[in-house]
Amino acid sequence: MTINIFLQQVINGISLGSLYALVAIGYTMVYGILRLINFAHGDLLMVAAYTAIYAVTLFSLPWQVSFPLVMVLTGLFGILLDRVAYKPLREAPRISLLISAIGASFLLENLAIVLIGGVPKSFPRPDVFAKVIDLWGLRVQVLTVYMPLLTMALLLGLLYIVHRTKVGKAMRAASKDFETTRLMGINLDRIIAVTFFLGSSLAAAGGMMWAMKYPQVNPFMGVIPGLKAFIAAVLGGIGNIVGAVVGGFILGLGEILIVALFPQMAQYRDAFAFTVLILVLLFRPTGIMGEPITDKT
Amino acid sequence: MNTSRRNKICNLLLLVVLGLILYIFEKYGSEYQIRILNNMAIFITLAVSYNLVNGFCGLLHLGPNAFITIGAYTSALLTMSPAEKQMSFIIEPLIWPLSVVQVPFAVSLIAAGITATVFAFVISFPVFRVRGDYLAIVTLGFGEVVRVLCNAMQSVTNGPLGLKGLTPYTTLWWSWGVAVITVVVITKLVHSSYGRAIKAIREDETAAKAMGVDPFKHLLLAFLISSFFSGVAGGLLAHLITTISPTLFTFFLTFNLLIIIVVGGLGSISGSIIAAMLFAWGGEALRVVESPMNFGFFTIPGIPGMRMVLFSIILMVVIVFARRGIMGRSELSWDRFFAVLRLQTKS
Repeated sequence: MTINIFLQQVINGISLGSLYALVAIGYTMVYGILRLINFAHGDLLMVAAYTAIYAVTLFSLPWQVSFPLVMVLTGLFGILLDRVAYKPLREAPRISLLISAIGASFLLENLAIVLIGGVPKSFPRPDVFAKVIDLWGLRVQVLTVYMPLLTMALLLGLLYIVHRTKVGKAMRAASKDFETTRLMGINLDRIIAVTFFLGSSLAAAGGMMWAMKYPQVNPFMGVIPGLKAFIAAVLGGIGNIVGAVVGGFILGLGEILIVALFPQMAQYRDAFAFTVLILVLLFRPTGIMGEPITDKT
Repeated sequence: MNTSRRNKICNLLLLVVLGLILYIFEKYGSEYQIRILNNMAIFITLAVSYNLVNGFCGLLHLGPNAFITIGAYTSALLTMSPAEKQMSFIIEPLIWPLSVVQVPFAVSLIAAGITATVFAFVISFPVFRVRGDYLAIVTLGFGEVVRVLCNAMQSVTNGPLGLKGLTPYTTLWWSWGVAVITVVVITKLVHSSYGRAIKAIREDETAAKAMGVDPFKHLLLAFLISSFFSGVAGGLLAHLITTISPTLFTFFLTFNLLIIIVVGGLGSISGSIIAAMLFAWGGEALRVVESPMNFGFFTIPGIPGMRMVLFSIILMVVIVFARRGIMGRSELSWDRFFAVLRLQTKS
């Protein structure tokens, strides 16, 4: 393999990693506060992609308007999801909450099949992103370069909210100790709603980018990225936003490079993430940047 | 007559009645009815063994589909004749020992169970290092890995082509026989001191440990027994549908089992049985919503996929509003049955 092809693969890996990272942030934030794997989080990618298709084709909004709009709408959808599927179970055993999340995930997928149909739709990719540019001798798609940049921008925005605003402070407090935060007079329902909003809108950004990268939108498109993003979150240390991003990049790079370096492993690509997960849990159960888990019951 | 003897006689009577029903359907039932009955039995086996881990141990295990797949492939590969195997494996030939062996169905089912158990044992070490949500995702991941391997290891599983033309060995007697054995074994297990230990772990692992219960040993045994029966059920399933491929046993199968045990009641064997029967029957009955409905003056077109939407809604409604399901953690028993009967005759 020439160095050029290798570099090209590295860029691809970073760009895939940035997608995993965006989705992983949502998992990590929800997990940090509710201690819940939001199984339906991956399906928000699908919801966002379909919403974007309708915004662009049906209402013929320009993509500069519709993409941010979709992020807001998906964020609101995330709040709705919490209200319907998770809020009634706040006091319930964790297993019920997790089953509810699995149910919500299946409901979204199957509702999409019933309402829209199982046939994949193509995503209206703006031509700007499809252009191929020459980057120091490497021919890469603009999208591949934009994706990590956008992820970084969104991450910085999120870190600002979490570390510099009052809501962010409350979120951090809630993830440390739910009960005490409530006793301090903080409206936890609002904090949870904000968490779901932020996480879901980031998933929406991830979903639209995923749909531009693989321009086939179908009701099950969110399952695999969702699972891998969760693994990325665990890898980085669940509950830790920066860790989720690091985990996402490790997973994305690892997946692309393993196929690039060992082409005969290509069939096993989807098993890579889970193998990494098992190894991480064996040797470092709280992830790369994770704090020791304190049992919060 | 003391109660334990009465219960034994009642159980025997129940088995005789079941046998009669099966005999009648075997003789006079349509193919469709027999198929549903077979499905019922296989779902009972799967649900009861799945509930052992999820309901009684309190571990959210999301990988039974992996063990069902392993069981199905093992059993299928062992019953196919060498000639059939040569015909099926067109891209890559089957590896040596498997390509020449052929064993009777009964042996293949036991082998299916044992292979599933061996795999369960191998993954139990990473799985039981973690608890709660992590366990859910690791087991789910194992299911995915097994599916990927089935696709990739062409010289063992024939890859995406799958195995076709298996002999339909699974009859009502086989499927219900296995179901009865599973229910008896798991009921005995749950009511033994071992069962009390796993329930103690479910309620409070730290306290159970302090009382001298070894969580790893107890949970592992439950996990292994559960995978054994899942594997056997996989073998039955393979010889019922006669064509298996990696796409058949996705997470979707696990999801269905999860619905059954949640609706039946996490931690109730009789609940699982009732829910599994309802599911096998209701799953067919609900096909109505997918076929066009004609009301005389207007027609509702059939909506494919509607069944799955209904199933998801049922699961969510049950878990949100009626978390305990049909039976909660209690069981149907002859004692209760007779107690109710006595009350009614008195009044």
